[in-house]
Formats: sequence, C-alpha cells, structure tokens
Amino acid sequence: MSHSNASALEHPTYDYDVVRKFTIATVIWGIVGMAVGVLIAAYLTWPELNMVLGNAMNAFIGDSIGVDFRQFFHFGRLRPLHTNAVIFAFGGSALMATSFYVVQRTSQVRLAFAPLVPFVFWGWQLVILSAVITLPMGWTSSKEYAELEWPIDILITFVWVAYIAVFVGTIRRRKTKHIYVGNWFYLAFMIVIAILHLVNNAEIPVTIGKSYSAYAGTVDAMVQWWYGHNAVGFLLTAGFLGMMYYFVPKQAERPIYSYRLSIVHFWALISVYMWAGGHHLHYSTLPDWAQNAGMVMSLILLAPSWGGMINGMMTLSGAWHKLRTDPILRFLVVSLSFYGMSTFEGPMMSIKTVNALSHNTDWTIGHVHSGALGWVAMITIGSLYHMIPRLWGREAMWSTKLINVHFWLATVGTVFYIVAMWVNGIMQGLMWRAVSADGTLAYSFVQAVDRSFFGYALRTLGGAIFLVGMGLMAYNFWRTVKEPVTSEASANAAA
Amino acid sequence: MDINDWRGVAVITCLIAFLTIVFWAYSKKNKARFDEAANVIFEDEDEDKKPANREKRSND
Repeated sequence: MSHSNASALEHPTYDYDVVRKFTIATVIWGIVGMAVGVLIAAYLTWPELNMVLGNAMNAFIGDSIGVDFRQFFHFGRLRPLHTNAVIFAFGGSALMATSFYVVQRTSQVRLAFAPLVPFVFWGWQLVILSAVITLPMGWTSSKEYAELEWPIDILITFVWVAYIAVFVGTIRRRKTKHIYVGNWFYLAFMIVIAILHLVNNAEIPVTIGKSYSAYAGTVDAMVQWWYGHNAVGFLLTAGFLGMMYYFVPKQAERPIYSYRLSIVHFWALISVYMWAGGHHLHYSTLPDWAQNAGMVMSLILLAPSWGGMINGMMTLSGAWHKLRTDPILRFLVVSLSFYGMSTFEGPMMSIKTVNALSHNTDWTIGHVHSGALGWVAMITIGSLYHMIPRLWGREAMWSTKLINVHFWLATVGTVFYIVAMWVNGIMQGLMWRAVSADGTLAYSFVQAVDRSFFGYALRTLGGAIFLVGMGLMAYNFWRTVKEPVTSEASANAAA
Repeated sequence: MDINDWRGVAVITCLIAFLTIVFWAYSKKNKARFDEAANVIFEDEDEDKKPANREKRSND
C-alpha cells in the first residue's frame, strides 16, 4: 500500500504520514490478531488441531534440524499472541493513528518533536514484532496481558514516553483555545498506561528471556488485576472514548450532545475505574474488604459508562435518518450499543453472587469479546473508514456497499460469538455447582467440556465471520488508495 | 485520628470534588465556552466543505 504520489498527499499543516502508517498497521495487525484468534478458537473446538501446524512444520524442516515445532503452535503459546496482537498491535496502532490525527486537527498544528514521530511508529512495530517472535517461543513473565519479557518492557517504556511527549507537545502548541475533550481521554489513557506498565512489570531479570515479578502471592495477584482491569479501563475504554468523542460528532456532522456531560463523564470515569480491579479476585485469598470494594466500585462504574454512551448516542438525535444511508455512522453507533451492553454486563458480573456462577466460565470470554469486537473493533473500523479517504485525498471509500457488507458481517459475527459464550458460560457454571443428593458433584469437569462443543463451534464461526469482514475492509482500503488521484481530489486532500 | 476518620475524610473529599466538577461544568458562566469547545472539531474545515445547515447545538 505504498503511495507513489507521496507529494500529492502532503498536507500543508498536518503530519499525515505517521497517521497513514499507523492506519495500515491497524488493519494488518487486526487481521493477524483476529486470524490467530479464530485459529485458537478452532483449537478449543477440535483439540487435535493443536498438533496440525506443528506436525506440518516438523515434516517440512523441524525433523531435519532437530527442533520440535509443535510447541510453537500450541494453544498455550498462541493465546497470549492473540491477546497481545489484538489489544496492543491492533488496538494500540488504532489509538496511535487516531490520537495523532485528532490532536492535530483539534489543535490545528503539526505534531511536535518531529524526530520522535518515526521512532514512535517503528519502535511500536518493533515491540509487536518482538511479541510475535518471543511469545510462541514461550518467553513469558506469566502476567496476563503483560506477558512480554523485561527487555521488551524497557523498549515499550521508551516508545511510550516518546508517544506522550509528541502528544503533549502538540497540545501545548495548539492554536485553538480549548483542549478538546477527546484529547483529555487520549491523554488519560497514555498516562495511566505508563503508570500501569511500570508498576506491574517491576521484575527481577534472571536471563535475557526470563524474569520474576517483584511481588509475591496475593499482592502480586492484586497488582496484576489492578493492571489488568485498568488496561481495560484506560486502553480499551478511555482511549477509544477519545476516538468516540471526535469521530461520532464528526461523522454525524453535529457537535457532541452535551459537552458539559462529557466533562463530568471524564472525571467520574477516570476516578472510579482505578478501584474496580478487585472484582477479578472474588473468593480468592484477597481480603474480603478489597473484594467488596472492587465490587462496589464496579457497580458505581455503570453511571459514568452509561453517561458516555448516552452522550455519544444522543449526538444523533434529530439525525437518526443518517443511519439509513451511512454505514460508517452505523458502525460508530452500534459500537456504542455494544459498549452500553458490556458496561452493564460487567458491573452485573462483578456482584459476588453472580460471579460465583460466572467466574472461570466462558461467560467471561463472551463479556470480553462483547467489548473487544462490539465496542473496540467496531468504533475503530468506523473511525478508520472516516479517516482513510481524508488521509489519502479521496472523496470517499472505494465502495460504500462493501462497508455495509462489512457492517453486517461484524455485527452478526459478534452476536454469534457472545451468544455462544453466554450459553456455554451459564451451562458450565450450573454444571460445576450441581450437587447430587449424596453431596457429591453431579458432573465431572470433562462432562462440562464435552457439552461446550456446540458453543465452541459457533464461537469459531462467529470469529471467522468477523475476520472475513476485516478482509473486505483491507480490500476496500487497497482499492481506495489505488484509485487514480484527480487534481480536484488532491486539492481536497489539503482541506 | 484513627484510620476510620481518614476514611470518612476521603469519602467527603471525593463527594466535594465531584460536586465541584458538576457545578463547574453546568454553571451558566461556562456555557458559552463549552459550546465553543464542542465546535472545535468543525473549525479545521475549509468554508466550502463545512456542512451547510449544521445546527449549532447549545448544551442545556
């Protein structure tokens, strides 16, 4: 997707080059991360598949060089690759692309610290590439969503500091009076991720590829889930809310429903999220008061979450008819519906009595994907469809029809996925707790696994449908960029 | 003071902080500047590309 007409794309004020690069990276890593997701979903449906790729590689090269490739393709090695690829490679690149785009356009200045900008892009790609290599090799600090080992952690720190410097530097030299609310959310995401990363990855290196956490036992668990929940709260929520506050009003061509609500939304959301992590450790060795605090804070979190969702949705009031003709707006609005659903589901699951049923079941996986596919991916896709024509100086995407097909594939895929996991999760929870008259467990664990087959198959299908949609997006993207530029269009690129 | 007093202080401090933000955000005095801020996202367009009949929404 390199552009031969680079000079025609240069914007007089803004640095669109890095935004274009991150946009391409978002689509590519989205496809890679989701493809690995579909693969490991198939592993869970048909466990024999765990060995297929490894055996093929062994026959091809492994046997002759004495390396058993089966380890590299096993579920345990690929699962962290999937989560890191979709959260940090797809989600991270999407946030970097859109934050650089939004901060420039709402500050009306070019990015600050120009020499750092390519470092942010290539440094982040190097982090991702290191993850793609080290995770299948089995290098892991064993911290969920923070598996990368200490040398990569250090690289992340440098890239992140450069990222914050560019973003804050751009805001500081802004020509507009206000710092637009979207930028507040982006900045909160950057700062909190920096703190979380440093605290949770405090570790003692042993070799180049192995370290041990600085924390022990229950404290380690609490630090981990303070990290884990706030990675959800700030990377997957606050960051994407920054996206929402720019792209929803922009695509609807109406200002946000209530700017004042957005201020209350911001401060309430960032101050409450911090305390909710304890709900990941219900009925564990974590002290009861900390579990209860996590539960109560999670319940309070419903208010700011829905405040933000309503603010986004109501921006369309008086313009609902646009949904009929504009599939990009449909992506953005449906992502808000999934956001509302999963931020209702989350507080409900944090109630200890509900959690007693849902914990460790597929319900949790369903909840995560309702947020990840429905909210994070769909708001990203909508924002990308908004940005791509503007970044490459085109009137619109090559095919609006394909966007519409993508919309339906994404929606149907997400619904298949989450329904399958709800049914599986509740069934597993009920089977695990069922007790016979004599007090023994009614079912063995493997019976619940056996009954989960249909749900696993449906989940694989849902994920595959979503992935096909991403493929259509890549094709539409490629055709949009390949389209010959008219002089009129390149003039508009400068607009 | 023992720790329970501090817990009370923390709760009241948070409540005051929250109410201050709400009053600040919704005060009449700040209405104009927040309306202006809400429209910042449309100021980066050329005049001819601005949607013709985009209504200015005021935040009530």
